[in-house]
Amino acid sequence: MTYARHVLTHVHKDLQLEWRARELINGMLFFALLVVVVFSLAFDPTSFPTIARQISGGLLWVGLLFASITALNQSWARELHNSVLDAQRLTPAPASALFIGKAIANLIFVSIIELVLAPVFAVFYNLHPLGQGWLLLLILPLGTWALIVNGTFFAALSLRTRNRELLLPLVLCPIAMPALLAMIQATTNVLTGEFDPSLWIKLLAAYDIVFTTACVLLFETVLNAE
Amino acid sequence: MNNREKSQRFPAWASLYLVLTILVLAFGFYQAMTAPKEATMGNLYRVFFYHFPHTILSFVFPYLNFVAAFLYLFWRNNHPRRALAADAFALASAEVAVLYASVGLATGMLWARAAWGIWWAWDARLTTYLLLWLLYVSYLLLRGLTSGNQRAVLSAVLAIFAAIDVPICYMSIRWWRTQHPAPVFGGGADSGIDPHMLPAVLWNLAAWTLWGAFVLGLRYAIERRRQRNSLAEHTDVSLPASPTPVLEVR
Repeated sequence: MTYARHVLTHVHKDLQLEWRARELINGMLFFALLVVVVFSLAFDPTSFPTIARQISGGLLWVGLLFASITALNQSWARELHNSVLDAQRLTPAPASALFIGKAIANLIFVSIIELVLAPVFAVFYNLHPLGQGWLLLLILPLGTWALIVNGTFFAALSLRTRNRELLLPLVLCPIAMPALLAMIQATTNVLTGEFDPSLWIKLLAAYDIVFTTACVLLFETVLNAE
Repeated sequence: MNNREKSQRFPAWASLYLVLTILVLAFGFYQAMTAPKEATMGNLYRVFFYHFPHTILSFVFPYLNFVAAFLYLFWRNNHPRRALAADAFALASAEVAVLYASVGLATGMLWARAAWGIWWAWDARLTTYLLLWLLYVSYLLLRGLTSGNQRAVLSAVLAIFAAIDVPICYMSIRWWRTQHPAPVFGGGADSGIDPHMLPAVLWNLAAWTLWGAFVLGLRYAIERRRQRNSLAEHTDVSLPASPTPVLEVR
């Protein structure tokens, strides 16, 4: 119970900080919108609806991946001001509560981006899913958590290294690749309605469980690495 | 000869081992070149004798890297000296994994050009293998961008993540349609190769295993020496001070 309270305190603190500054969400949102526009330069989505349906699942996730990478570094860099992170390390509260709290706050931020971005995608790319559209309500949170849990962890890992902005995508992308494959395949299958996405949803769920466990177990090591 | 010089020499058993490795490599080459021609691909298939050992072994070195990283994290508080050795071994095994995976990718592409007419196909097995390569390149990059004690801890954590990722990637072989031929060994009833080709496969596997172990050991020794030198730099207080600060005092 106390653990849940620690987590909630961290979530509350991050939400409050974001509510006051609104830096992360605004930045991510505009960035994701730019990605949508830039991808539309690569092909004409309205003239080729079949191609649009086949590739826009991938475009959506690539846009979200890039947008969340830009925000994840900032979410930890905040803790460096006034040595807040060192204070966190001194507290008797478990370190993994800090991690889970941060990850949940980031999940909320990226989910807000998705809520805005998904309709924009549907309008700009002229999409209407041919498969079971409600499955996206399962795929989007599972896929986002897969990106966020590892992203938050590796942002903490690269926090005190040289070139932390550069390092995060370099270590996050290879590790997240099976999850990206699963979420892109699942989304494309829902949009085209050709195959059953349930296998990829299961893979995503398994990935989430495995890597959440690994992150929680190893976070304290990373936090105290000097 | 003092102790330090002695420890820096190439030991006799290592020379013997190197000679043995080169002999087995030469015999493996002879076997690969004299094995019977393949029915459909002719001589082109001989790259298989290099592709197979390198790909198999590049799935072994990541696990050595994982074990070393785990031991580093396990020992780092209570046995710092042992932990340093584990870190050196983790670095060496990751570098050899990248080396072998690169050779596996290169020979695979040569073979694909001959067999399929294209250098690269984005099928599941090729993609997962490329991912293995990317994972360990990112491990080496992380080592390059960090320093000191932090480098060992952070890279050990990344090594554990990468090792968890490899089987997840590997499982997707069975789930995604694949263009790569079904596993040659243990892939079903009509898998396996002509028994006349088997000696060449086994000799080359033995040869490249010996060679991989040699490169790994050499890299480990070099890293250990680098660690000793940097430790000596940081702890050796008996060195005479350089004359510059004295001049400044005057």
